[in-house]
Amino acid sequence: MLENGRKEASKPGGKDRQYGAGYKLIGKNYPTNDLLAKVTGKAKYAEDFRAEGMLFCRLVLSPVPHARIKSVHLDDALAIPGVKAILTADDIPAPADSLNDNGTVIKASKWGERALTNEPVYMGDPILAVAAVDELTCAEAIEKIRIDFEHLPFVIDPLESLRPGGPNAREDGNVWVRPEPPNPPIPQLTEVKWTEQDFAEYDQGRLPMGHAPDEWSLGDIDAGFKNAALILDETFITPDVSHQCLEPRTAMAYWQNGKLFLHSGTQSTFQTKPAIAKWMNMDVDKIVFISEYTGGGFGSKITGGLTMIIPALLSKKLNAPVMMRISREEEHCIGRARPSLAGRMKIGFAKDGRITAIDMFTVCNSGAYDAQGDGASAARIVSLLYQPPAMRQRAISVMTNTPPRSAQSAPGGMQGIAIIEPILSKAARKLGVDQVALRRVNCPEGKAEFGAAVKGKRGHTTSCFLKEALDRGAAQFNWQEKAARQPKRIGTKARGVGVSLSCYVGGTVGFDGLLVITPQGRVQFQSGIGNLGTESVIDVHRAGAEALGVPWEVCDVVWGDTSKHLPYTCASGGSQTTHAMSRASFAVANECKQKLKEIAAKSLGGKPEDYEVANQRVFRKGGGAGLSFAQAAQRAIQLGGIYDGHDVTPDVNKQTKASVANLAGQGLVVSAKDKYPHDGQTFSYVASFAEVEVDVETGKYHILDFLAYADVGTVMHPAALGGQILGRTTLGIAHAIGQKWVYDPHYGVPVAKRFYQNRPPTILDVPVDMQWEALDIPDPETPVGARGVGEPPVGGGCAAILNALSDAVGDEIFRRAPVNSDTILTSLEARRPMQHPLMAHI
Amino acid sequence: MAVIRDVMPAFDLLQPSSAADAQKLLQQHGEEAWVMAGGLDSFDWLKDRIKKPKVLVDLSGIDELKGIRTTGDGLEIGAMTTLTEIANHPVIKAQYGVLSDAVSVIASPQIRNQGTLGGNVSQDARCWYYRGGWPCYRAGGNICYADTPVGRNREHAIFGANRCVAVHPSDAAPALIALDAKFVIQTPKGERTVDAEDYFLGPEIDITHLNILQSGDLLTAIRIPSAWSGAKFYFEKVRDRNVWDFALMNVASAMVVLGGNIDRIRIAVSAVAPKPMRLKAVEDAVHGKPADATTGAMAGNLAVQGAVPLQFNAYKIPLMRNLVKRAIGGVQEATWTS
Repeated sequence: MLENGRKEASKPGGKDRQYGAGYKLIGKNYPTNDLLAKVTGKAKYAEDFRAEGMLFCRLVLSPVPHARIKSVHLDDALAIPGVKAILTADDIPAPADSLNDNGTVIKASKWGERALTNEPVYMGDPILAVAAVDELTCAEAIEKIRIDFEHLPFVIDPLESLRPGGPNAREDGNVWVRPEPPNPPIPQLTEVKWTEQDFAEYDQGRLPMGHAPDEWSLGDIDAGFKNAALILDETFITPDVSHQCLEPRTAMAYWQNGKLFLHSGTQSTFQTKPAIAKWMNMDVDKIVFISEYTGGGFGSKITGGLTMIIPALLSKKLNAPVMMRISREEEHCIGRARPSLAGRMKIGFAKDGRITAIDMFTVCNSGAYDAQGDGASAARIVSLLYQPPAMRQRAISVMTNTPPRSAQSAPGGMQGIAIIEPILSKAARKLGVDQVALRRVNCPEGKAEFGAAVKGKRGHTTSCFLKEALDRGAAQFNWQEKAARQPKRIGTKARGVGVSLSCYVGGTVGFDGLLVITPQGRVQFQSGIGNLGTESVIDVHRAGAEALGVPWEVCDVVWGDTSKHLPYTCASGGSQTTHAMSRASFAVANECKQKLKEIAAKSLGGKPEDYEVANQRVFRKGGGAGLSFAQAAQRAIQLGGIYDGHDVTPDVNKQTKASVANLAGQGLVVSAKDKYPHDGQTFSYVASFAEVEVDVETGKYHILDFLAYADVGTVMHPAALGGQILGRTTLGIAHAIGQKWVYDPHYGVPVAKRFYQNRPPTILDVPVDMQWEALDIPDPETPVGARGVGEPPVGGGCAAILNALSDAVGDEIFRRAPVNSDTILTSLEARRPMQHPLMAHI
Repeated sequence: MAVIRDVMPAFDLLQPSSAADAQKLLQQHGEEAWVMAGGLDSFDWLKDRIKKPKVLVDLSGIDELKGIRTTGDGLEIGAMTTLTEIANHPVIKAQYGVLSDAVSVIASPQIRNQGTLGGNVSQDARCWYYRGGWPCYRAGGNICYADTPVGRNREHAIFGANRCVAVHPSDAAPALIALDAKFVIQTPKGERTVDAEDYFLGPEIDITHLNILQSGDLLTAIRIPSAWSGAKFYFEKVRDRNVWDFALMNVASAMVVLGGNIDRIRIAVSAVAPKPMRLKAVEDAVHGKPADATTGAMAGNLAVQGAVPLQFNAYKIPLMRNLVKRAIGGVQEATWTS
């Protein structure tokens, strides 16, 4: 036993497993550079910063789901001593158009979210911000503000909005459509209403399927169903779930010499600067963004939060630093959430469980503001993960007067897996096929195809070894033994086991690496990655250090501040960072080796290829004259030009070039773009296994055992990988076991806004010896072999629990997640599903 | 006027070091005073600015209200004794286990370290409309938002509704009722002792208070008589999460079985009604009957007679039936070998 009472993992492939064969750094555990500060509480998050003369501001949120502000009465508030200013929507700059990486202009959407608004479209939409000497004064001032609203129609449930004559979330529409090129690629809001006939099956709890603007198909669906031995047609609903990051989107700002200095949490340090520039409609070079530590993002802070410009604007107005702390309740409103999907799926199966056809329909609760594509994404993941030979998908994304949604770990993937997996479990029982075997015959492998054909060609994966993860996972979990156990119910307890496949995207390409070898001989990696808790901000540079052959002790990583000269870096979203930036780090390390050889040849004679790099030296092959890294860095400064950053390789991004120029003269300054070949799209995969025990007299259940077996390419850092696999699995489990919204549809407002009401899972809600394992098979399409992992485990976390539950208590208990005592008990009592699946938020 | 949460309003903080001083302050400030024990309930109200007392009387510095003492007839637990101390107390665990069982599943370890027994039994309702600042009956208004055709009432009452359908949130309360505990209250007129079940009030008596404490009153101790020492106890709490959650329902019983038959029994259920419910009819019906599953089933069926479910809480009827059944007949445990 360990000191905290937890059992050491004792199962095969547990803690004794060694990763990274042949590597010195890759695949090994180490204390990350930020660890000590985190565990000692010295790490400074945005809220921990202070500046001379700092003021505070607090938000005024809309108390109603949809209204137009007729007038605001601020005089009484402004008269309170200590109140400095009140920011209104009229003070917010018009958002700028933006350029994507290809140079295409993205027009700012007229429906886009602004930091403050005169037409709030959900309860909690920020209306005003009050700055004062302290928060108590802000609060007292806010309570003196009177706002006159013109109340407007609102809708919480997307299906209500689709009914004939149903309300629209905005006056100009309720449904997002994506126009075909050459129209602008931004989604447009339009009005869609279905017919009474479309809703005919609603009362039976079956999802109505009217017109859906997003549709594709592949293969011969009719033939697929015709040849099926079993056809199931099921409705299943996934929950709206807030991100609920432990660190809310607090921000602090001040201005110096015309430059904006902004502190806030983000997933992506480098990529947040252009987002601020767009929101502030100002020059990107006038922004310094500081984000050393971030308390969780999960897709809600890919480029921080839009509201961070509020203290920036107040600071400019008042010529003083301004801190805007965000409370838990405010974070519930503005902190983003995963959209629920109401899904209906008709699936044909052959006798052995092989899928013959899928017909999938989803209704996405897109919330206020931006269009969410979770429905289409769900279909893409389903098409990859279960390899149907024929499939049709239809999706509709409906605006509602509920908090804005954003990507949340495996957007769409999580929901798609949660919708299809319980149907697969039911099919396996009906066909008498083992659950693992059914998933095995449908499992992707190798360069697996996915999605719809574009110009006659479907996309394919870089690699997929999920079958191997499924087989090894089943063995490690003792699946055969557990699945065969009889009886399922003894006394008041019923046990069940569940398995689920899971996957999500895991990498992009084409970003830059940047490092400096200092005259002291230290290797300094410039990291533009956000420090969002995954440790990729540090971990990816182990690939560079490995390539350079240097011990980690001579390496430094610079991160968390855009004034520290960072390279062009991917956004940390879509689980791309480990893949994308390990490639960039590997590229810059190899470029660095080449530069070291050139310096040696220039200094000691001969040609660069006569030299090799090892033991922190560059020296003639087979021994002989050489330079230490410190000497080489000193020579680089003497040589100047391309060696010390006064010149730069033309390959890299212009932001990288600017950073190189700023580092010029500090040593051997090397930048490189990742130009390694890459065939296919990178995904990572997980096979998830769960066992639950249900008390049939109370409906309460416990998770007894969980294993997530991952195919994520080369293991870079086992401790961080395990944290991601188990952490994101728990995020998925949350969707099954209880994290949720509760909305009063009559008033259109949430009634559960605190942790104890929303019920995100606690550490005691998952098994103490929850297990993870990874294949550690390198992806062949990336030099380091590593893929991303953040999102792939999420769907399996949710679906393995749902499947274990239906194994324990039967298929006819729940048709909606989360599943709790109330659902289980009422359905067991009535011997049929009692909750209407299409009635959400209870 | 606009609303803001999560900023504690200013108040005068009074920190007496004796119960007598505390009571003097409470009398002096009357309705303007807020009594704070562990603060777990108080800080929610204060930080949300829904309650804005002028003075706050903090009891945490009064040592005489803390600790567990043996008396001539059982135990006396100071109102300011922490839940953790009660959960771990050897005599309570050995003789009055239903109380330590109940207290050890309140909220979370951190909250139990800070929360007190007096605070736990005196806390306010957790109906999310009421706690959200909605102007409902319990807040002095004239509507119940939870009891409408679409109101969200999954966690609300199936018994005792009277305009308000909130439930009592305490886990300790039913255990104290099962133990026939006595609550000791210092009032301006002197000390008063009441039976546990009489400490709590339903909305038919007072819709804005969950207990009998009047302005100027101070709950100082809870006495556990020895009458139920070593009895057969049962406590179970059903909640969504395994920690840091209020009960969907809980049940507590104390039972003396002689020759296989129930000689004496007290049983209470909470989170089913605005006050913890002692099930007197069940106690009478099972008296003299075998303490077995058949009697348990009969008791469970009897317990839920008259229950009125709301739109989303019908599950509470089978839940209560089963919990009462278990409290008398026990749980049929599973015996998997693997």
